[in-house]
Amino acid sequence: MKTLQRAGLALAAPVLALVVAGIITSLVLVAAGDDPAAFWETMLAWPENRSLVNIINEASVLYLSGLAAAIGFRMNLFNIGVEGQYRVATFVAAYFAAQAFLPGYLNTVATILVAMLAGAAWAGIAALLRVTRGVSEVISTIMLNAIAVSLVAYLLRKVGSREGQTIVTDTVPQSGWIPGISLFRDSVTDMYGLVFLAVLAGIGFSVLLNRTRFGFDLRATGHSESAAVASGVDVKRMVIYSMLLSGAVAGLIGMPNLFGVSHNYGSTIQTGIGFAGIAVALLGRNHPLGIAAGALIFAYLSEQANPLGILAGISPEIIAVTQGVVVLCVVIAYEVVRRYRNKLEQRAVAEALEAPGPSKEVTA
Amino acid sequence: MTDTTTTAAAAVSVRGVGKRFPGVVANHDVTLEVRPGTVHALVGENGAGKSTLMKILYGVQKPDEGEILVGGETVHFSSPSDAIKHGIGMVFQHFQLADNLTVLENVVLGAEKLHGIGDAARTEIRRISDAYGFGLDPDELVEDLGVGERQRVEILKVLYRGAKIIILDEPTAVLVPQEVDALFENLRELKSQGNTLLFISHKLDEVRAIADDITVLRRGTTVTSVKPAEVTQHQLAELMVGEELPSPSTAESTVTDREVLEVRDLQVDDTQGRTVLSDINLTIHAGEVLGIAGVEGNGQTELVEAVVGMVRPTRGVVELSDQDVTSWGTRQRRESGVGYIPEDRHRHGLLLDAPLWENRILGHQTRKPSVKGGWVDKAGARIDAQRIVHEYDVRTPGIDTTARALSGGNQQKFIVGREMSGDPKLLIASHPTRGVDVGAQAAIWDHIREARRRGLAVLLISADLDELIGLSDSLKVILRGRIVADYDPQTVTPQQLGAAMTGAKTAGEEA
Repeated sequence: MKTLQRAGLALAAPVLALVVAGIITSLVLVAAGDDPAAFWETMLAWPENRSLVNIINEASVLYLSGLAAAIGFRMNLFNIGVEGQYRVATFVAAYFAAQAFLPGYLNTVATILVAMLAGAAWAGIAALLRVTRGVSEVISTIMLNAIAVSLVAYLLRKVGSREGQTIVTDTVPQSGWIPGISLFRDSVTDMYGLVFLAVLAGIGFSVLLNRTRFGFDLRATGHSESAAVASGVDVKRMVIYSMLLSGAVAGLIGMPNLFGVSHNYGSTIQTGIGFAGIAVALLGRNHPLGIAAGALIFAYLSEQANPLGILAGISPEIIAVTQGVVVLCVVIAYEVVRRYRNKLEQRAVAEALEAPGPSKEVTA
Repeated sequence: MTDTTTTAAAAVSVRGVGKRFPGVVANHDVTLEVRPGTVHALVGENGAGKSTLMKILYGVQKPDEGEILVGGETVHFSSPSDAIKHGIGMVFQHFQLADNLTVLENVVLGAEKLHGIGDAARTEIRRISDAYGFGLDPDELVEDLGVGERQRVEILKVLYRGAKIIILDEPTAVLVPQEVDALFENLRELKSQGNTLLFISHKLDEVRAIADDITVLRRGTTVTSVKPAEVTQHQLAELMVGEELPSPSTAESTVTDREVLEVRDLQVDDTQGRTVLSDINLTIHAGEVLGIAGVEGNGQTELVEAVVGMVRPTRGVVELSDQDVTSWGTRQRRESGVGYIPEDRHRHGLLLDAPLWENRILGHQTRKPSVKGGWVDKAGARIDAQRIVHEYDVRTPGIDTTARALSGGNQQKFIVGREMSGDPKLLIASHPTRGVDVGAQAAIWDHIREARRRGLAVLLISADLDELIGLSDSLKVILRGRIVADYDPQTVTPQQLGAAMTGAKTAGEEA
């Protein structure tokens, strides 16, 4: 198949899904008595500079979350626990960084590693349960999410201090902060200095999956576990490794904000990123560039929805409906496109074989 | 004879049917007359278009051109239920039975409206079973039935639904010789009571034994129709293949005294703790092909998986070249020179949605030329995939085509080529030519023979007794997880093997 055709087909599914989701959202708005025109006017208006920065920041965080989910998905492992892993990791990291065991940026680097370890450890529980006791990772990670939330809240009371309405950990020493990058003079928010962390993670994900033996084993297991076993892949070991890796990447999610803006872990930590990451990974077909696009789309939708209430008199919650429908549609659209592509390919094979094939030689 | 019968309306006649079917083989200009009350055999190698034709007759596929007449009346089927309404039923090669239900429940499933699900249905099933000598008890659980009996349940299912024309898709593929004889008895009985049978096969001796007419399919079209008495098996095969018929027989012995694989006292228990393989002792030398004959499901799969390292034996030792590898995993064993052609290529041999060149890496993830260190060597894998495509005559537009798009035979050729790569010491070949056409079969046999000459040891598991006898240097028969007999392939007959496989010789009972 031609490369162009391939790319076209790859794009067809998400575009189709977005269009359908747009239509359904409009229908919901109409049914609820809201004005879809006002909705789209707000949503499709070019974002203000401040919003652009927010979109990039939000997208980088969603991207990390999407990558974390995608590592599991590529192996048919449903790590629903990115949310919990991210919470545990961010809390542990904030606590560790505040201790200032190391000076300056060494502390930052060490903290990022600690966050990855903590995320990996939390995911590792699910991995161990899966390989030793056969517990579905879907169930265990969901339970671990609930435990993570409560555990962190409990520990935060122990180590944190009250600051207004919230409880926060001690502040990370200023020498380890990663300052934001100012993109626009008139924007009050800066781009996270650690946006590059998301870029690095994306490149790492791509190289690991497509270029390394480990990545091949991981993808092979995802394609067909039985074939992977027959080829010599130790599936149990792969389950552990990929869950650990998934958890480690989940550990990175909180880092841009920790070192860029909040400088501590507080009870107001942004929730739901882990779940949004699952949707973003699905939207992006678990492909590094696709996930980036998915993260940007989700971030754009969320950010643009903020002024809906003021400008259009529509509750911004409607955008969660759009996001949800996008994911549902994209799953269907990908399947439709996949079947169509299989058909095309079979036809191509048939055509190629009708033409005089390579001469039949019997090597005796 | 022909004059008298063609005047009566044919049970089924197919006139100029064509089907453009993206992918495998299209039917074109297929013409076929099936006389009522006869057994009509449809023969052709794999990929000749038999399945497509069958699907058209059974309403699964719609023909693009031509017409089909049933009892002289033109019909258009849009679903199998249309076919059943016209009295056409189909018995699939792979049984579609629920093991945990009784014969009665299986038969009435989906046909509850006919005779209900109670005594009326039971009576009807008994009546059919008695009429044709099936000997089936409606209240027996299907899981307690043997293969032959299950097949009779399948036939009963279509009769129950009122079929008078029954299509049988390779019904003998799953049977041992003795069961084949029993099936043929049933078929003759069915025929004598006025049913029409369309019998699809590529086993020519069987076709000649049972059929009244034979139609040969080749490359998607009907080549000719003949009477079994008028052709020899050889002529029939040539009609089918259009070329000389290959034979699996190996010329001279290349067996050396160097032991490559030794298995001692092997026992394997399944996850429920039942012993599925026990007291297995075997040795394969360099240059030797050891054939394992047995009815499917008698421990062959477990034996293969224990040797490949996919299951852990409960007891016993597996040695490769005098080294104890019992505790090794599959990867380590493969690295030390074990090639594996799996029984189920879709489950164990391929990543169907991955391109061929990635499939070249599968099973060779730690070896050149597909990897370097921890990195995938894309260029190396591509070049070597190209080599396999060329040397093994894999019909594909290219190595970027996904494995799924290829026909079964070409998938198999690619797997054989891959497993022969990197000079394996031991090849475990599970049904290496299952589902491949005659030409490809010959090529695969040649490759195995050639590697054997160079000192390859082969563990061959096959359901094709001719293949086993022809390729093997020694033969063992496996039954209920035990080796029950040894034979010299030079002297053994398929009948002897069949008897040993069912336990008729040793225990005097049906398997």
